[in-house]
Amino acid sequence: MSGTGTSKLVVDNATKYYDTKSGPLHALDNVSMQVKDGEFACVVGPSGCGKTTLLWSIAGLHSLTDGHVLLDGEHVTGPHPQIGMVFQEANLLPWRNLDKNIEFPFEIKGQKPDRKHIDHLIDRVGLTGFGGKFPRELSGGMQQRAAIVRALSFNPSLLLMDEPFGALDAFTRDEMNLLVEEIWLETRKTIVFITHNIAEAVFLSDRVFVMSARPGRIAKVFDIGFERPRTLDLLASKEVFDLVNEIKAEIEHEPSQAKEEAAADAG
Amino acid sequence: MVDKALGDKIPEFGKSKGGDQSVGLTNLSAFASGPGIKTFGEVAAIIAVAVFIIGGAEFAIRFYEVPQYIMPPPSEIVAALFTDFHFIGPHLVHTLIELFSGYAIGASIGLLLAAIITQFPFAEKIVAPYILMLVTTPMLALVPLLILRFGFGYEPRIIAVALASGPMVMINAATGFRRVDLAKIALARSFGASTFQIFLKIRVPMALPMIIVGLMIGAIFGLLTAVGAEMVGGGFGLGNRLTTFSATLKMPQFFAVILVLSILGILIYVFFFLVGKKWASWES
Repeated sequence: MSGTGTSKLVVDNATKYYDTKSGPLHALDNVSMQVKDGEFACVVGPSGCGKTTLLWSIAGLHSLTDGHVLLDGEHVTGPHPQIGMVFQEANLLPWRNLDKNIEFPFEIKGQKPDRKHIDHLIDRVGLTGFGGKFPRELSGGMQQRAAIVRALSFNPSLLLMDEPFGALDAFTRDEMNLLVEEIWLETRKTIVFITHNIAEAVFLSDRVFVMSARPGRIAKVFDIGFERPRTLDLLASKEVFDLVNEIKAEIEHEPSQAKEEAAADAG
Repeated sequence: MVDKALGDKIPEFGKSKGGDQSVGLTNLSAFASGPGIKTFGEVAAIIAVAVFIIGGAEFAIRFYEVPQYIMPPPSEIVAALFTDFHFIGPHLVHTLIELFSGYAIGASIGLLLAAIITQFPFAEKIVAPYILMLVTTPMLALVPLLILRFGFGYEPRIIAVALASGPMVMINAATGFRRVDLAKIALARSFGASTFQIFLKIRVPMALPMIIVGLMIGAIFGLLTAVGAEMVGGGFGLGNRLTTFSATLKMPQFFAVILVLSILGILIYVFFFLVGKKWASWES
């Protein structure tokens, strides 16, 4: 908690190149963003634009080629105890039952699981009684609920969510979005949520960061001012429709420019 | 600090799975193909086939008056197993001692090498041809040499069993350890897991189905090699009984030993099948 004012998370000029067999791959290009404490931020962009790379860099799973990440004013150089992650397709360990999956972070940290907090969360997402089940016995939505409980179990202050509902059907996705908003309203954790679904981003967030095609850059930031708690009716409203189209246009006019740059990089 | 396995890999989840993902114990299992025996009809069919095959053999051998020194009828084999078990039992113990000692040595070295070598892809490339050579060379061929050096006791047999089972365990376990799921490693890493914790909590469980397959194949190869080594030289063990009984034309006893060996092999298979069901059933 220092000199960055109200910014919980600061990404400063993040640049990332991957070494590949066909030469360096420019994944992130001077990405800068600031997320306020308790804010719900979404990052949208076309697939392959480096969204996940950005998130992994914030989480300290990746090193940046250039630039840095600050959490509460301190450099993030590796996995951070204040950061919880929700991965694509739940990413539960198939050889562990739900309870063991949810207690996994504590096992790694060598701590006693906070069963009271965990049971509260399990109850909150509606998974009570499923602790002994294995992931394969549960639907995609239930698996992702368990993954959310796992990420929140050790009470991190920043929650990173990497296209968590991309593999779910539209109805389950709506349901999960409502659940995430409720949990966010209750806990007021800072959330960075990655998705390629613009409507989902608009529905959930306070601000939407639009990323360009590779190399990923923040092309534009949209403030989303709809009242909370939001309802699914909102998705059918004219305002959301216009906003989604505006963001879509922003993404669509970007690629050509990005491609030229990529070609220049390659050449 | 960035974890070595995640290093600078592009986070692609769908493609992170190795080509051998679906290889599991169940692929090798005839028992696992169905939901298990349930109905009376299925049980009846299994018994009927067994009666047909064994009864048919008994009938055919007696009907065509096949001489005993070529093929004794099943009833005489089973009778010999019980009446002459005191000739077989002690030798079974010898064979089991060789099998367990050799397998314990071979399997543990194989597992350890697989775990270490897969962490260093470059070293793996250098070692691979020799491992392949160990897997494909019949270790029985070495037994005469081992007998020259170690005599007619347990040692040459135990060494042969270890040499036969170890590489089998290793090559399968290595296939298991090579399975990398970037997302699962990232998950553990996000909670601050060390490289050793990632190995223990992610890589080992992921490798377990292949490790169990390797342990099973290694145990069966160990049994084959133990019996083969006993046939080459020395005065005890089930393999030695096979050569003795066949040389003296005691065919019911000879086949009784074969029966014991089959049962031993099936027990090994069933044991590892159950272990796989308990510890690796999440895979299927």
